[in-house]
Amino acid sequence: MEELLLSRIQFAANISFHILFPTITIALGWMLLFFKLRFTATREERWMEAYRFWVKIFALSFAMGVVSGITMSFQFGTNWPGFMERVGNIAGPLLAYEVLTAFFLEAVFLGIMLFGFSKVPNWLHTLATFLVAFGTTMSAFWILVLNSWMHTPVGFEMRDGVAHATDWLAIVFNPSMPYRLVHMLLASGLTVAFLIAGLSAFRWLLGDRSAGVRLTLRTGVTVAAVLIPIQILAGDLHGLNTLEHQPQKVAAMEGNWETRGNVPLLLFAIPDQEERTNHFEIGIPSLASIILKHDPAGEVPGLNDFVLEDGTVKHPPVGPVFWSFRVMVGTGVLMLVVSWGTLLAFRLSGGVSRTNPWVFRGLVAMAFSGWVATLAGWYTTEIGRQPWLVDGVLTTAQAVADVPAAMVATTLAAYLALYAGLLVAYVAALTYLARKAARDQDIVEVEPPRSSAANVKLIPAE
Amino acid sequence: MTLFGDPTIWLPVVFATLMGVSILIYVVLDGFDLGVGVLFPFADDAEKDRMVASIGPFWDANETWLVLAIGLLLVAFPVAHGTILTALYLPVAIMLIGLILRGVAFEFRAKAPATQKPLWNQAFFYGSLMTSLSQGFMLGLYIMGLQWDLPSVAFALLTGLCLTGAYAFIGATWLVMKTDATLQDKAVAWAKRGLPGVVVGLGAVSLATPLVSPRIFEKWFSFPEIMLLAPLPLISAGLIVILFLALRHAPDSQDRWSWVPFATTICLFSLGFLGMAYSFYPYVVPEALTIYEAASAPESLIIILVGTLFVLPTILGYTALSYYVFRGKATELRYD
Ligand code: HDD
Ligand code: HEM
Ligand code: HEM
Repeated sequence: MEELLLSRIQFAANISFHILFPTITIALGWMLLFFKLRFTATREERWMEAYRFWVKIFALSFAMGVVSGITMSFQFGTNWPGFMERVGNIAGPLLAYEVLTAFFLEAVFLGIMLFGFSKVPNWLHTLATFLVAFGTTMSAFWILVLNSWMHTPVGFEMRDGVAHATDWLAIVFNPSMPYRLVHMLLASGLTVAFLIAGLSAFRWLLGDRSAGVRLTLRTGVTVAAVLIPIQILAGDLHGLNTLEHQPQKVAAMEGNWETRGNVPLLLFAIPDQEERTNHFEIGIPSLASIILKHDPAGEVPGLNDFVLEDGTVKHPPVGPVFWSFRVMVGTGVLMLVVSWGTLLAFRLSGGVSRTNPWVFRGLVAMAFSGWVATLAGWYTTEIGRQPWLVDGVLTTAQAVADVPAAMVATTLAAYLALYAGLLVAYVAALTYLARKAARDQDIVEVEPPRSSAANVKLIPAE
Repeated sequence: MTLFGDPTIWLPVVFATLMGVSILIYVVLDGFDLGVGVLFPFADDAEKDRMVASIGPFWDANETWLVLAIGLLLVAFPVAHGTILTALYLPVAIMLIGLILRGVAFEFRAKAPATQKPLWNQAFFYGSLMTSLSQGFMLGLYIMGLQWDLPSVAFALLTGLCLTGAYAFIGATWLVMKTDATLQDKAVAWAKRGLPGVVVGLGAVSLATPLVSPRIFEKWFSFPEIMLLAPLPLISAGLIVILFLALRHAPDSQDRWSWVPFATTICLFSLGFLGMAYSFYPYVVPEALTIYEAASAPESLIIILVGTLFVLPTILGYTALSYYVFRGKATELRYD
């Protein structure tokens, strides 16, 4: 059993590290396309300035995403052979289509996008930027199809313990896929919006007053302010969908033990799985029932319904699901407050230049908030599926490889050390790039001394 | 379904071929960029930048062929996929860590503060070395039937060294083609020095393989086969002579033939690969599992095949476009 636990930790560590970078590249690709198109339309240098700064961060994030993704694709074979043996007939084609339609597209055109600006016509460079953005989105589509299918499996039949596809359309458009895809793409958009706003605010605090930094600051905050209400709505719909298909997950998210009406929305609690109750509950009466059933008396499923007669627990571990859900929603609310608050502050103080520095410090603090919410969201989703790997079809324990635990522990330690080092290097490189950009701007934008000679030149000659 | 006969027979063959082709493309393409990494310590700082510039626009797409190959193994032969990868657990982990190190080093060495550049150069070199050695090691262990006993591991260590040498060699010929001036001269010298090693390595692996496996010996040295197969080593010998001559005259004054060593090396790699594929057919896990026993359900394979037939030519098309855009001598990598 030890290798099961270690393999789970290793898989979670690898995918958690991986998803940080796709979350950035998916939306940043579209953002770069937007900058490029604005530049082509207006010929204003500030758009190209924004493009040039952010394309560096895109390239760095992309490289991190690619190498950690390659690790992911080997994980299925090295640690979870049972997964492919049981459901390979369905997972296989989906993964293959991801490689064929997404990975090659993005990888090949990335070269042209990054280094081809002066080598190819402008339209081809713009097209390459588009194809890279499109490729990352396609890859998110395919992998989320597979992941959603694992949560809400349909369109297959079991023959001799092996899943066989019967209806590919049903598999691809499985019940939770549209919700997960929308929620994830919005998560990516928000992550990028706050990263752009945060890093631009950082440059601003360093004294960078260039047109480019003003532009990205405004763009980042505006995009965030637009997306966050949509995300909250999408999250709500996602939860209703989950209630229908995985009620035990919603019960864990709400920390609700007994099926009943008038369920409060818990703001704080310490769920106790031994005692099967919560300690230190603070909640808003009936609100969970209202959110989930649109009726204060609406019945919300409870965790105790998912314990078999013999005491076997068929619901996920409550604490992690309960808390990661709260971290995600809490971050979402914070995003709402900060993005709208910043827009309001800009307006009230009569322009970006006159805004209080604390507003910018707030944005810097939120620069990586998208990562926090995204990871918390994935933990809710994935831990909420346990003990199943494919809901109702295959348990995690059935899929694990019998690789010696010591071997898994060794590689796990190596990955963790490597990831910690790379994460530090990545964040350091981002701040270094921002500092460097701010410094270079200083040099360019230094005001010429207002000597009398200079003033004379300003007076047009007769 | 009867159009091509029994799909449980021809589909596995088609997928084994597709997988083989992607592995071959991977070995050639990522081979040259890994090789450039292995050659890193022999170059000075300015040359290092030029070397990275010569592979910068390509390496990511090159590695994608590995993802495709492993993906095809996974989708077409799921049982084999699990067996092979769990048996190769440690070398796979080493390879992945190597790939991570070198992949991120590309970016960090250009974007981190200049004081950190030597560190990322080291990461690039060691990452490339780890990747090459572990891939060669896995190849050797695979030939030996995935056994972790002393002779197998010894043989795998040998193939690890040989493959690393081969990658460094194709990397050097790539540089002969993509660079000029002193770096080109250096690359020619590296390739010249590497050539005897390639000959010895190729010979050693070709001889050892039939010796360690009676089944492979049988396939090569029984009668009509040996006549059909005789051209393989002969053509290889011819290619080596071409390489020898081309390297002796490189770089010529107008630099017209600098692509010859690289092209010849590709042919050599392909021949070696063909020989190996012949040795293993019809096994996907050597001596244990044939492609027919390991294949997934025909209806899943058909779904992938249809897509592949459309998409693969497109991929080859835009890959060619990218090599065309970045043709000629490598210039400094710039975003504008
Ligand atoms: C929602 C998005 C998402 C999720 C959940 C995953 N990925 Fe990913 N992946 C991407 C979105 C993405 C991407 C945006 O397409 C990346 C990131 C940067 C890049 O180059 O492509 C990528 C890269 C990437 C690569 C390298 C592709 C290349 O060579 O260009 C591989 C092999 C994988 N991923 C495999 C996986 C596997 C096996 C996953 C799950 C278990 C997974 N990814 C989860
Ligand atoms: C991208 C964001 C994702 C994150 C952060 C994430 C996180 C996690 C975590 C934390 C677990 C461990 C749950 C537990 O054991 O308690 C897990 C399990 C798992 N997830 Fe995900 N996941 C993500 C996406 C995916 C995708 C896209 C797939 C497949 C298509 C996937 C497949 C799996 C599998 C096979 C397991 C079982 C192994 C295990 O229990 O650790 N995950 N994931
Ligand atoms: C504030 C309101 C939000 C609500 C009500 C909400 C709701 C949900 C729910 C119910 C799930 C679990 C879906 C499942 O059953 O598997 C989920 C998952 C997730 N959430 Fe949120 N969410 C909110 C905000 C956010 C924000 C701000 C982000 C990121 C910026 C985010 C990112 C994610 C991600 C990445 C997942 C996992 C993938 C998925 O299942 O879609 N969420 N969310």
